[in-house]
Amino acid sequence: MLPAYFDHNATTPLDERVLQAMLPFFRERYGNASSRHEYGRAARKAVDEAREQVADMVGAHPSQVVFVSGGTEANNLLIKGAAAQCLPSQIAVSAVEHPSVTRPAQELREQGWKVRRLAVNAAGRLEMDDVETALRESATGLVSVMLANNETGVVQDVARVAELARSVGAMVHTDAVQALGKVPVSFAALNVHAMTISAHKIYGPKGVGALVLDKRLDIKPQITGGEHEKGLRAGTENVPAIVGFGAACVLAASRLTELSLQFRQMRERMDQGLRTMGAVLFGDGAERLANTSYFAIPGIDGETLVMALDRAGFAVASGSACGSGGTDPSPVLLAMGVERELARCAVRVSLGRDNEMSQIERFLRALQGEILGLKRLVAVAV
Amino acid sequence: MIKQPIYLDYSATTPVDPRVAEKMIPYLTEKFGNPASRSHEFGWDAERAVEEAREQVAALVGADPKEIIWTSGATESNNLAIKGAAHFYKSKGKHLVTVMTEHKAVIDTMRHLESEGYEVTYLMPETNGLVDMEKFKAALRPDTILASVMLVNNEIGVIQDIAALGEVCRGKGILFHVDAAQATGKVTIDLAKLKVDLMSFSAHKTYGPKGIGALYVQRKPRVRLEAQMHGGGHERGLRSGTLATHQIVGMGEAFRIAREEMATENERIRYLRDRLYKGLSQIEEAHVNGDMEQRVPHNLNISFNFVEGESLIMAIRELAVSSGSACTSASLEPSYVLRALGRSDELAHSSIRFTIGRFTTEEEIDFAIDLVKAKIGRLREMSPLWDMFKEGIDLSTVQWAAH
Repeated sequence: MLPAYFDHNATTPLDERVLQAMLPFFRERYGNASSRHEYGRAARKAVDEAREQVADMVGAHPSQVVFVSGGTEANNLLIKGAAAQCLPSQIAVSAVEHPSVTRPAQELREQGWKVRRLAVNAAGRLEMDDVETALRESATGLVSVMLANNETGVVQDVARVAELARSVGAMVHTDAVQALGKVPVSFAALNVHAMTISAHKIYGPKGVGALVLDKRLDIKPQITGGEHEKGLRAGTENVPAIVGFGAACVLAASRLTELSLQFRQMRERMDQGLRTMGAVLFGDGAERLANTSYFAIPGIDGETLVMALDRAGFAVASGSACGSGGTDPSPVLLAMGVERELARCAVRVSLGRDNEMSQIERFLRALQGEILGLKRLVAVAV
Repeated sequence: MIKQPIYLDYSATTPVDPRVAEKMIPYLTEKFGNPASRSHEFGWDAERAVEEAREQVAALVGADPKEIIWTSGATESNNLAIKGAAHFYKSKGKHLVTVMTEHKAVIDTMRHLESEGYEVTYLMPETNGLVDMEKFKAALRPDTILASVMLVNNEIGVIQDIAALGEVCRGKGILFHVDAAQATGKVTIDLAKLKVDLMSFSAHKTYGPKGIGALYVQRKPRVRLEAQMHGGGHERGLRSGTLATHQIVGMGEAFRIAREEMATENERIRYLRDRLYKGLSQIEEAHVNGDMEQRVPHNLNISFNFVEGESLIMAIRELAVSSGSACTSASLEPSYVLRALGRSDELAHSSIRFTIGRFTTEEEIDFAIDLVKAKIGRLREMSPLWDMFKEGIDLSTVQWAAH
C-alpha cells in the first residue's frame, strides 16, 4: 500500500482531466506545431489555446506567455537573459529563493554583477527596510523575490517589492511556482516585469513551465536554434505537456477558493496537533500558503523522522526535494535565524487536493508514536 | 481506406509508439513522484524508472549510463554541448568548425558564440551533401576547440562519416560533437568505438514523446562542460530542473524498441522508400537532393523542376510532407541546406521532403506516387517555363523583363 501523499510542494499527481486532454496529442494529433500541414496546424492550434488558458489564469496576455521546459528553466532564462541585455550592476534576491534563482544569480558574478541577499525576519518575511537599503546603496539592475516559499509556504509582498524596484529603474521578477493554484496570482496586480510558473505543482505534467514576460523587457534567449516562442526559446514545442499545462490552469483557477478553504481547515488541525507535541512551526504568524506546514521536533533529526514517517505510511519531506541530496540544514531556515541544530530537525508537510482530515488525524497519531519511539532511542544512545 | 492526410513527415516528428505511451502513462498518473524526493516511495519509484530509462538510452548508443544527461530535447542538448564546451575550454582556443547544413539549433548557437567573440568556420558540403575529409582537416587550426557535424541530416537524410571525422579530431585534441537527433533507430551508433565526445539525442524523432532529449558526455577521456541551466544540481550539476519521469520513461522505451527493431524495420522502410523513388523518378526533371547511397532508408528529398514550390505543396495536400525543415517553415526562404548543395533558389523551393516511418504502408506509398505524378503533370501543363523547356530553350540564357 502506498503511503498517504503529503508532499505536494515537491510535485503533484496529474489530474485525470488533464490526462484526458493530453492523450490525443501523444496518439493521433502528434504533429510538429511548426509543420504547415494539417497535423502541424492542429498542434499549433492546441498550443495557442493552451497559451490563452495559462494567460487567463495569471491575468496576462497570451503574447506574454513564453513556454519553457519548467520552472528552473524559466528562472534561468529571465535572470541570465535580462542580465545579458544590460550593463552589470547589482542583482538583489531574497535570502530564501529556490536554488534555480540563487544559482543563476551567483553565475552572474562572473560577468561583474554583485549579488545582494535581501534579509528576511524570523518568520521568513522580507524586511522591507532592507529592500529599500539595498536599492539605495547600489545601482540595481534586477530584483527577484519569490511569491511563496516552497519550504515554509511564506508569502511575500511582491507588489510592494515591485513598486520599490521600479522606483529605482530595476527590473523585477517573481518565482510564482509554489503560489500558483494556491493563492490568486495576477501578473498585472503584482506589477512585476516577469514571473515564473510551472505545471507540475498544479496537477499538471512535469516538463513544462512558462516565463510570463512583459515583452517590453529585452531578454537574450538562452536556447537558440529556431524561431519558436517568438525567438525567445528554440525547440520543438512539447505539445502534450503544453496542452496539459493549459488544462491544469483552467482546473486550478476553478478550484482555488474551495481548495484554500479545505487546506486551511486541515492545516489548522495539523498545526494544533503539532504544537501539543512541542513542535516549532516555521513561518508561524507570517502569511503562509494554506497547504504548508513546516515544523521541527527539537532533538529529533528531520531525515530520520521523515524515514520513520514513510514506514508509518506518510510521504513527507525534510527540506525541498531539489536540495534533499545533501545533509546541510536548509539555507531558508538559516536565513530566518533558525539554529543549525533545530534546522536539521525540519520536516515539511504540504497538502493537496486529495488529502482528507482523517489522514491528518492518522498522521498526528503516527507522528506522536514515532517521536516517542525516537526519543527513547536517543535516550538509550546517550 | 487510407487515413488522410497521409503522414510522410516522420523527420518533423513521429507519433508516440503505442507501447511507449502505455509505458509512460503510469508515470503521469499513479507513479507521479518527483525523482529527486529522497524521502518516500513515490520518489524512489520515479528515480528507479529514470535510471532504467537512462540504461536503455545508453544501450542503444553504446554508452555508459553515467554518460547520459537528460535535457528537454535535442535543441537544448546542442546548445549545452556547444556553448558548454566552448565556454569551458575557452582558454585553449576560441575557434569552432561546423557545416552549413547543420540544424538551426547548431548554426544559431554557433552564431551566438560569434557574438561573444568566438570564430566559427562553416564548411560547405559537397553537392551530395557529404563533408569532404580534406576540407575538414584544412579547416582545423591550433586554436580550434570543437567541431560539430550531424550524423544524419534532417532535410536530405545523408549520413556523415562520423567515425573518420572523429578520428581526425581526436588526433588533434579537438572536441567532436555530433547531433544525432535524426539518427537514432535509423543507423547504428556505437559510442564505445566512435571517437565522439558529445552527442545530442531527441526522443520525438524515434517514436518517443516531445519535450525530452539527452546529451552524451564522454567520461573516458573526460569531457567537461559549463552547465547552462543552474539550480538544484540535477544530472551531476550539468542540468538542473525537476526530471519529467514520464517523458524520460517514454524516451527509454522508445530507444529500447529502436534497438530491438531497427534492423528489420529499416529493411521494410528501405523497400518502401525505394518503391517511392522508383515511382517518382519516372517524372521528368525530378532531381534527388543528397547522396542516395550514404543516406538513411527513410528519406527521399526530391526537387521537381519547373514547378512552383508553394503550388506543389498545396496541390498535394492529401500528403503531409515538408519543403524545407519544419523548424524554419515559417519563412518562405528557400532551404539553406539545399542552397548549400548548390541548388538554385527555384529548385530549392520546388523540393519535397518525404520521410517515411514505422506506420507507413505500401498502399500509402502507391497513393503518394499516383498523386504526385498527377499533380506535377497538371502544374506543368500550366507552366510557361515548362513549355519553354520542352521547346528546348535554355532558360539560363533568357533575359527576363520586369513588368
